[in-house]
Amino acid sequence: MTTVARAARPTQIGAPGAKRLVDQVLRVRELALLVILAVLVAGTELGNHRFLSTQGVKDLLLNAAILVIVAAGQATVVITRNVDLSVGSTLGITAFAAGNYLRGGGSPAVALLLAVALGAGLGILNGTLVSFGRVPSLVVTLGTLYIIRGVDSIWVGSQEIVAHDLPGGFVRLGHGGPFFLPYLAIIALATLVALGFYLRSYRGGRELYAIGSNPEAARLAGVAVRKRITAAYVLCGALAGLGGALYLARFGNVDSGTGSGYELTVVSAVVVGGVAFTGGSGSVYGAALGALLLTTINSALPSLGVSSSWEGAIDGFLLLAAIAVDRLVALRVARVLRRRNARHG
Amino acid sequence: MSQAVEPAGAVLALHGVSKSFGSVRALSDVSLDLFAGEAHALAGENGAGKSTLIKILAGVYRPDGGQVLLDGRPVTFAGPGDARDAGVAVIYQEPTLFPDLSVAENIFMGRQPRLRSLGGLGRIDRRAIHEESAALFARLGVALDPAAPARGLSIADQQMVEIAKALSLRARVLIMDEPTAASTPGEVSRLFAVAGALRGEGAAVLFISHRLEEVFALCQRVTTLRDGRLIATEPVAGLTPDDLVRRMVGRDLDTLYPKTEAAIGAVALQVDRLTREGVFTDVSFEVRRGEILALAGLIGAGRSEVARAVFGVDRWDAGAVRVGGKPLPPASPTAAMAAGLALVPEDRRAQGLVMDMSIERNLGLTQLRALRRGGLMSRRRERSRAADWALRLRLKYARLSDAVTMLSGGNQQKVVLAKWLATGPAVLIVDEPTRGIDVGTKAEVHRLLSELAGRGLAVLMISSDLPEVIGMADRVLVMREGRLVAEIPRAGASEESIMSAATGQVVSP
Repeated sequence: MTTVARAARPTQIGAPGAKRLVDQVLRVRELALLVILAVLVAGTELGNHRFLSTQGVKDLLLNAAILVIVAAGQATVVITRNVDLSVGSTLGITAFAAGNYLRGGGSPAVALLLAVALGAGLGILNGTLVSFGRVPSLVVTLGTLYIIRGVDSIWVGSQEIVAHDLPGGFVRLGHGGPFFLPYLAIIALATLVALGFYLRSYRGGRELYAIGSNPEAARLAGVAVRKRITAAYVLCGALAGLGGALYLARFGNVDSGTGSGYELTVVSAVVVGGVAFTGGSGSVYGAALGALLLTTINSALPSLGVSSSWEGAIDGFLLLAAIAVDRLVALRVARVLRRRNARHG
Repeated sequence: MSQAVEPAGAVLALHGVSKSFGSVRALSDVSLDLFAGEAHALAGENGAGKSTLIKILAGVYRPDGGQVLLDGRPVTFAGPGDARDAGVAVIYQEPTLFPDLSVAENIFMGRQPRLRSLGGLGRIDRRAIHEESAALFARLGVALDPAAPARGLSIADQQMVEIAKALSLRARVLIMDEPTAASTPGEVSRLFAVAGALRGEGAAVLFISHRLEEVFALCQRVTTLRDGRLIATEPVAGLTPDDLVRRMVGRDLDTLYPKTEAAIGAVALQVDRLTREGVFTDVSFEVRRGEILALAGLIGAGRSEVARAVFGVDRWDAGAVRVGGKPLPPASPTAAMAAGLALVPEDRRAQGLVMDMSIERNLGLTQLRALRRGGLMSRRRERSRAADWALRLRLKYARLSDAVTMLSGGNQQKVVLAKWLATGPAVLIVDEPTRGIDVGTKAEVHRLLSELAGRGLAVLMISSDLPEVIGMADRVLVMREGRLVAEIPRAGASEESIMSAATGQVVSP
């Protein structure tokens, strides 16, 4: 090469501006959700003054807590560019397992642990199949969705667990709490903060983002991809199990159909919350806000006298709106980066 | 450069290593010694087994037979993490970054330093990561922000992040797999400076490149592979490029740039003041029948973007494109194809081929209409046409029903070319037609381009390979920062004249 040395000048691309921009977009995403939430709550309150009463807020938090927990687990899996469709079935079977145990006179703490352990076990199954089977997670977990539901149906049969079968302490867990703050919401918040902290500040958490962002590069960087993906599924299963136990505590009523179709609500919450299906981006906080938003809409509709038949349609619309916003933002960012590159390149 | 004969043993070595994938024997009985302070080149055509060898050294593959020796002792790398911990750093041909994560996280992924204090709870030490990244970039002389996301970095900057990653490992062995394929001369010189510095500090360097002049500039010894076998390991000093090519190909090569003089005819493609905001501005040129027009310039100068806009992949904001005198509607590849344009894109894996589809299917993609029979695709017609093209382009393949992933890079490129030639184009746009292709196939692609021009096709060739530009083009246009800055006739084209225009130094008229 002859004229080698001349073009050597420091490259300026990827200057601090790019970071700020992306940061802003991410923050705006969570901010936007908060704004929509605030507008929705304020609007509903104007239409129906009981919406923000102590009981109203309490109901809202109670309704959102379980979805927040399961969505946080789902978000962890989606960050790795996978999905777990079996969370609804897991929630159903763990709720029944906990109830069945409590019905026989067990202790509430053990029942919680049992549900979490069973969920984690199912997570191991999902994680192993996805990471070693090299089959798309959508298909694998669709399979386990039906298998778990099938086992659940055979086991439960026509049995039903009702609140009357459960110890009082356990039922209080599902309803009580200091002031207007239900225990359920406290558990959800604690889960969220712990998981968010782990994903942000620990090697394991960052590696999940790396896997979702570029699986091949993660492998080359020495990340134990299979182990990490399995761990994400175990976590997701465990949180679905926790969700199952809390569902039992809150509603006291479990049969073989409990949790059917719940996975779709969970996935909607995650996507509305800005966790991209392409992996590597989003946060559990976003997913939690998504869950809170969907729950609030569903609570607001009856308060405003709107038929609950609209729920599904509105959730669907939100989902599409969220994806459309993602796409627009991505295009915008691409354009800005393009201009910047052109200027410096 | 000085001869580095090391009295000490090899840092990393392969002894009689073999590796097969299914029935394909990728490496058989290959030995290699990498010494501290020595730059060792690995030469060979595509498919000779270079990548397999690298991946064995990097812990990605485990050999079927033979041994990997670290400091003379046999080791087994269970994965890339093991090799990395042993001090082996690899800069792969394609940057392997995480677009969603910050530059600093990219550098330290999988081995982030942790807070040691009790209150730190074993968290990642973010500040250390950022400070060390900033220090690495300072050492490399690049102004990259460690906090910036990797998404949106230019290829050159991505390469810099990869180099910083390798540096941060304080590697004892640095393996570079065609790191310069997508680089401009400035980046190449920086890369070489880094490799030289590491070598000075006692690292062993293994260097793979299709650019032979780089092998001669950087390395002391060279190992040549052919068909998975070791041909020779010898000092570079006594060799000529021709010797090396003969070892790689196993025969004498006809000239690498078989440019024949073609009669230059009427204007086939006319681009008039084409502008895409923020990408390129006021680009005007014409290509005539029988002419090979080269578009040279640095990466990011907007060359590929012009090609994409002309072909209708991207929208243009102002200007006009005329094919055979008729204006082309903007942003319509269908109209461009109908008018007789064909585009062989830069990234053949992502844009030129459907990798999992068979050779014949890929060839048939551009002529779905012609292959129809009563509204349905005719498999027989598809196959017979594919066989014709395979013969004309001397494609090396096992079966036409094999997926194109099974082909070597050079043969994949031939499939892309055939796919577009089958449409019977009047203007052929080729973007980096021989990037990452071995010399043997490269010469065949050049002969093909020359032959096509001879038959009256207008060829617009985008290339960063200066010898290729000089050897093949009738005229050279040079782009810099989105503008055409120079037009150089064949007689005046030299590496100096093109590079000075591309970098904005004194432009020769």
